[in-house]
Amino acid sequence: MSHDNLSVISLVSIGEHPTSRRPRRAEQDARAIELGIKLAGENLQTLHAGELSDDASQQTALRSYLGMGLAEMSLLEMPAQADAVLVIAEHLKQKTPDVILTGVRAESGESSGMLPYLLAEHLGMAMVTSIADILTVDEVNQQAEVLQALPRGQRRKLTVDLPFVASVDMAAAMPRQSAFGPAMRGQLETAMAGSFTDEEASDWQTTDAKKRPKRLKIIKAKTAADRFKAATAKASGGGGKVVHGVEESAQAIIDLLVEEGLV
Amino acid sequence: MSELFRRDPRAQWIARNRLHPLHQTLVIGPVFGPSGLLRKNLHSIGFIGPNGLKRIDRSGASNDSGQGSRRAAAASDVILPLHQVLEPAFYIVVVLDLVSGRLNGHDKDTLGLAQQLANRNGGAGAVVAIAFGELKDDSLDKAGVDRLIHLNDEQYYHYNPEQRCNDLQVIVDDLQPQHILLPDSINGGGDIGRRLATKLKQRPACGVWKLNDDTVTCRGSAGKSDITRPLSKLLLVMEECSEPISETRHENIVISQDASQFSEGKLIDQGNISVDPNAIPLAEAGFILSGGNGINDWPQFHHTANVLGATEGASRVAVDDGNMPRERQVGATGTWVTAQVYIAVGISGAIQHMQGIGQCEKVVAINTDEGCDMVKRADLSAIGDSTEILTRLVELVEQRKQTINGGATNES
Repeated sequence: MSHDNLSVISLVSIGEHPTSRRPRRAEQDARAIELGIKLAGENLQTLHAGELSDDASQQTALRSYLGMGLAEMSLLEMPAQADAVLVIAEHLKQKTPDVILTGVRAESGESSGMLPYLLAEHLGMAMVTSIADILTVDEVNQQAEVLQALPRGQRRKLTVDLPFVASVDMAAAMPRQSAFGPAMRGQLETAMAGSFTDEEASDWQTTDAKKRPKRLKIIKAKTAADRFKAATAKASGGGGKVVHGVEESAQAIIDLLVEEGLV
Repeated sequence: MSELFRRDPRAQWIARNRLHPLHQTLVIGPVFGPSGLLRKNLHSIGFIGPNGLKRIDRSGASNDSGQGSRRAAAASDVILPLHQVLEPAFYIVVVLDLVSGRLNGHDKDTLGLAQQLANRNGGAGAVVAIAFGELKDDSLDKAGVDRLIHLNDEQYYHYNPEQRCNDLQVIVDDLQPQHILLPDSINGGGDIGRRLATKLKQRPACGVWKLNDDTVTCRGSAGKSDITRPLSKLLLVMEECSEPISETRHENIVISQDASQFSEGKLIDQGNISVDPNAIPLAEAGFILSGGNGINDWPQFHHTANVLGATEGASRVAVDDGNMPRERQVGATGTWVTAQVYIAVGISGAIQHMQGIGQCEKVVAINTDEGCDMVKRADLSAIGDSTEILTRLVELVEQRKQTINGGATNES
């Protein structure tokens, strides 16, 4: 399913390992690239906005996207703490892409997940959140069918008008491995971008995440006897229904399944 | 009145003492004389009528509740005090997720935080809850809803975030709320909240988990950092951000509101598609059929799972014996599952297995042994041979499918 005339841009960020905090390929962005390659093949364009370090080892995280089989990546240079939305929106206005793929939320910084929504608003495009796959793209009618990931492994099919912004969920297909050689050979096309400092965020205090307090089971008993019972009673004193016999059992089970809306 | 029975030692002493002047009034029930004969106390029968005369009604129509009902087992519900907001000084808007039409824990926590914002510093704000689509829950008043806007057109039964966002814009223009709260969830709240933020040109605080005086603490960096920032107008809050309301009742007054005019929708919902149940990761499957040592006929087990549309699970014994793959193992050593319905066939319930199914809502046990731990835990236990019960269950499900399909064709 490769569309030659379709312009697909995938936005990538530098991820952060949850434990070691080393820079890495962001998981959702890698899935977005995988989906983009499936959709546009060689024509997939990749865009990153951020700082480019001169040190090659610092570029590894960014280059690992190139190692997925991309020849080049556009890079909009701006200070790391600046607001990327306006920079990217300005850049994309000239490109008029049909599909913009992003992750749901970044792995570092505020990670509010607002970027795809703001881009869609700036560019006047449709927005679909947490997609698992793009099924078809109909360039004649300017429509695409996408599969949205829902809780409990369910999927919803949506028809969306082109052009659109889509954020790719972890439920999408696993990204391919990144190969070191192509990653180092790939070209980074840098361009200086304007700097929009995020003044609001400069007042915020950022600390390491504290463990959230576990909610206690609060017993609002009025009498001592109730409190005593709540403190000593076994948690699993439900006392379920017991049925005997094949016919009665099967009937009782199917009644429960119907009540829960499963059959 | 407490449902607790309290002993009255004095009354008991009087009841024992036949010479006490009040003895006759306190003795109820059958009294046997020294010879073993039943003695009826005529003085305690009947009641005093309006003209002061004693009446005895032998038809049984009237309940002469003279002095007999001392122990009224009044299981009366405690009526919580009503929190009224007559003239709201300001509004706090909460958009509810309402998964399958009911409030979930996340919604309740969000309402709890909204009430905290409405009543802090002596403010008298009202919490306006906005519900889209079906609303089955009747406990909104106990969850902290002062005002309710319910948009219940046919279109809200589908996924239409653009229309909902437009409605919210109209409501926000109308009410000018001080804060707008949404659950930052994958059930719709996170999506609509971010759409609304772009439309209102407000920067939302996402992943809020704590409210301080004038600041909020949010989870950033995908859960690795805490950001303390000033309280913003739009808040996307996490689960357990606040205690849910439990000590007051609220008015739950319905404000009528019509769906806004909106026709620029770029998304069309084509409905959910059927997913292969075994492709769903076990940890997030909603309906699991799990097999253990008690199963003799494994092909039949797979067939049953297929007919029911359930994800397959297994106990450790079934996996060790090679009947099921390792990734299907449920329990502390396998996968911790969160299913809505968990059917355990021939699983006696080792403690590791019980830990693994701790978060399941409804557990059904099919087992030959009535005394096993799984039966004690289960909400419904079927005692009998698993092969026969599963065969009968498959027949019933297929019958039901046929009647539903037949009914559908008759109607159309």
